Amino acid sequence: MATAATQSGSWYIVTALVENKPGVLFRVTNLFRARNFNIESITVGSTEQKDLSRMTITTNSDEKTLDQLVKQLRKLIDVVEVKVLDTEKTVYRELALIKMTAVDPTTRSEIINYATIFRGNILDIGKETITVEITGTPDKIDAFKNLVEHYGIAQLSRTGVSALPRGVEL
Amino acid sequence: MVEMTGAKALIQALEKEGTEIVFGLPGGANLPIYDALVGANLRHVLVRHEQSAAHMADGYARIKRKAGVCFATSGPGATNLITGIATAYADSSPVVAVTGQVPLAMIGKDAFQETDIIGVANPCTKYSFQPRVATEIPEMVKKAFYISESGRPGPVLVDIPKDVQQATADMKFPDLIKVRGYNPVVDADLSDMSRAVALLVKAERPIIMAGGGVILSGAFSELQALAELLMIPVVTTFKGKGAFPENHPLAMGPIGMHGHAEANKIILEADCIVAVGARFSDRSVGRFDEFGKGMSIIHMDIDPAEIGKNKSVDVALVGDVKSSLRTLVKLLAKKIAKRSADNPWLKRRKELVQYYAETLKDYPREITARKSLKKLRELLPANGIVTTEVGQCQMWASLHFDVISPGTFFSSTGLGTMGFGFPASIGAKAAAPKVPVVDIAGDGSFNMTENSLAVSVLDKFPVIVFLMNNYMLGMVAQWQRTFYNRRYSGVHQHSCPDYVKIADAYGAQGIRVGSMQELDKAIKTAMKSDVATVIDIPIDPDEDVYPFVAPGTGLKDMITGA
Ligand SMILES: Cc1cc2nc3c(=O)[nH]c(=O)nc-3n(C[C@H](O)[C@H](O)[C@H](O)COP(=O)(O)OP(=O)(O)OC[C@H]3O[C@@H](n4cnc5c(N)ncnc54)[C@H](O)[C@@H]3O)c2cc1C
Ligand SMILES: Cc1ncc(C[n+]2csc(CCOP(=O)(O)OP(=O)(O)O)c2C)c(N)n1
Ligand SMILES: [Mg+2]
Repeated sequence: MATAATQSGSWYIVTALVENKPGVLFRVTNLFRARNFNIESITVGSTEQKDLSRMTITTNSDEKTLDQLVKQLRKLIDVVEVKVLDTEKTVYRELALIKMTAVDPTTRSEIINYATIFRGNILDIGKETITVEITGTPDKIDAFKNLVEHYGIAQLSRTGVSALPRGVEL
Repeated sequence: MVEMTGAKALIQALEKEGTEIVFGLPGGANLPIYDALVGANLRHVLVRHEQSAAHMADGYARIKRKAGVCFATSGPGATNLITGIATAYADSSPVVAVTGQVPLAMIGKDAFQETDIIGVANPCTKYSFQPRVATEIPEMVKKAFYISESGRPGPVLVDIPKDVQQATADMKFPDLIKVRGYNPVVDADLSDMSRAVALLVKAERPIIMAGGGVILSGAFSELQALAELLMIPVVTTFKGKGAFPENHPLAMGPIGMHGHAEANKIILEADCIVAVGARFSDRSVGRFDEFGKGMSIIHMDIDPAEIGKNKSVDVALVGDVKSSLRTLVKLLAKKIAKRSADNPWLKRRKELVQYYAETLKDYPREITARKSLKKLRELLPANGIVTTEVGQCQMWASLHFDVISPGTFFSSTGLGTMGFGFPASIGAKAAAPKVPVVDIAGDGSFNMTENSLAVSVLDKFPVIVFLMNNYMLGMVAQWQRTFYNRRYSGVHQHSCPDYVKIADAYGAQGIRVGSMQELDKAIKTAMKSDVATVIDIPIDPDEDVYPFVAPGTGLKDMITGA
């Protein structure tokens, strides 16, 4: 998976408030596929309003494609509001669970050390594996991943980005 | 509140929307709906294939400018509708399709005749509903019509599980509904409007390119007012054919792949294009990168997503073209006086029209596409409705049949669905029973839905099938002639079937003509007939459609065939 501007174009965070009813995620992802929009991550979850869900979508796009993506999303009947967030004025986080194979004690302590530096949590330690939780920007998670990759990543699961504008901006 | 079944609530909700006619075919999963039809105020027209039901609803909608309605059962009934729904979607036509579905408890169990039709139809519907309880039906139907008919129109699917049709409940029929995420814009932004005015005031060679949006909006007099204030040429897209009277002194006909030569030529010489309800389709503009280069473009469209999709534009007026055109004309009239017809730009128009009239010769035969279509125009009253099938027949109609009364011509343009024209002509006849309706057909296309002859006879829709019969998938053959060195593959129909016998077998009228005189007589007979008439007109299989802008090339690369 590519993150932070590794492809052509720039990296954008788009959020959409959508009706909380069956089939909405299907309509959105079907749209992305049908129109060939390149989506990096998509998350859906509940919001402060019971009948609305928030989708957070990250994408590497040129401006023209982003413009179409936003307009096509707005065109969906179940999509109530769409915004492109200014990453400078946005708090955004992703969570990653990374399970590494680590048997010998040196490796294990190195991993734990790195996890501490990255303010991660050790969620599980077994005889052969350590599972770390890292929360941060996608860049930070990439950096941690690059650092520990050579130990052998057994499994990795990322949530995709969740975001809100800073301060009073709604 | 009244107690009734879900099926009854559906029928009443349709009646409340003003539906007078539905086209459909029953099956296991919509039996309750068909039962509720007995004694209803709706006319039901039984089709012989569900695809045709959707095309009939579509044809009805295009003439009534109100949603047409079709019914089908679950599974194969519903999937048979899909081509018709996709056709309506591609041409922004309001159709409400109601399908039966297996009972709620059976959904997801691979039940008999279960198809996830909402999933299948998603890419070609504007929206879809599946009520889970019967009381949801009235509101969903109302929303279905609202969404289908408003903004940029389109097909909406209502998929009703059988047990929901059968369930009895106290029904409430809402008068007002609101769809939170759907708020089509009607009036364009005024500052954009003044930028458009400024561009038009200073443009020396502006041109109007009118599209399907003008017809959908019924903005005919508004369009004419703009053209006549500026006194500038009007071209259309093929979908916009007839948005402007084609016998008007400013009219130049459709542009594009098979556009009129003078229209394709003049748009290259303009300095400002006003696209009115057109979406810059590849078929109309050739190459996106070349089209309109160095010119300013004003784009009027109700769908914000169309702005900048295929073409970046200088000014976008997002709103209903009827409102946009009115405001534009009003603001322009404050800045300029009605311009004179005696201007160099219109002289150029005249020059081009004359040049191509003299240069483009007809195909050397007793009966040709051009001659037969001119004959049809001569005999059909101006308010006669014309639709087409797909292929050469369709493009010949575009080139040689002038639409005089705006909004009386339509065709499957975006999807190019063979088999559309005939059932759609029946739908049109249902919408306008007093007016003669003609389907300009090709043999291959007519084959696909010719069983609708049964409907035309039994339900008394005496339409005319103007069959330009080359016993050939002619348009494909033309491409094979042009791009594959005459290597024909899968295009011959081998003089099969006999169309006079086909018509006869259904109790319709078939007339084969051998001369222009016989054609003259046949058209007159058909217009007086109270059953559908198929006029079988022999067309030479080698007759090509020209002009031609080859795919991937620009309008400047037009081949005129002269
Ligand atoms: C064999 C074949 C050959 C063809 N050759 C040609 C050709 O040579 N030239 C050509 O032009 N086409 C041709 N077509 C048709 C082509 O495929 C497109 O369907 C057509 O060009 C689309 O035209 P449009 O943009 O006017 O219309 P539409 O597809 O109808 O688009 C209408 C636009 O208007 C907007 N709109 C709708 N309602 C309103 C409203 N109330 N107010 C404002 N805007 C509104 C919509 O949002 C949309 O953007 C051909 C098709 C076939 C099958
Ligand atoms: C359903 C469908 N299948 C295939 C095509 C591809 N196609 C486009 S034009 C054409 C030939 C149409 O033949 P006919 O109706 O006889 O018209 P003609 O071109 O001969 O006038 C075909 C096969 C299509 N448009 N629609
Ligand atoms: Mg043919």
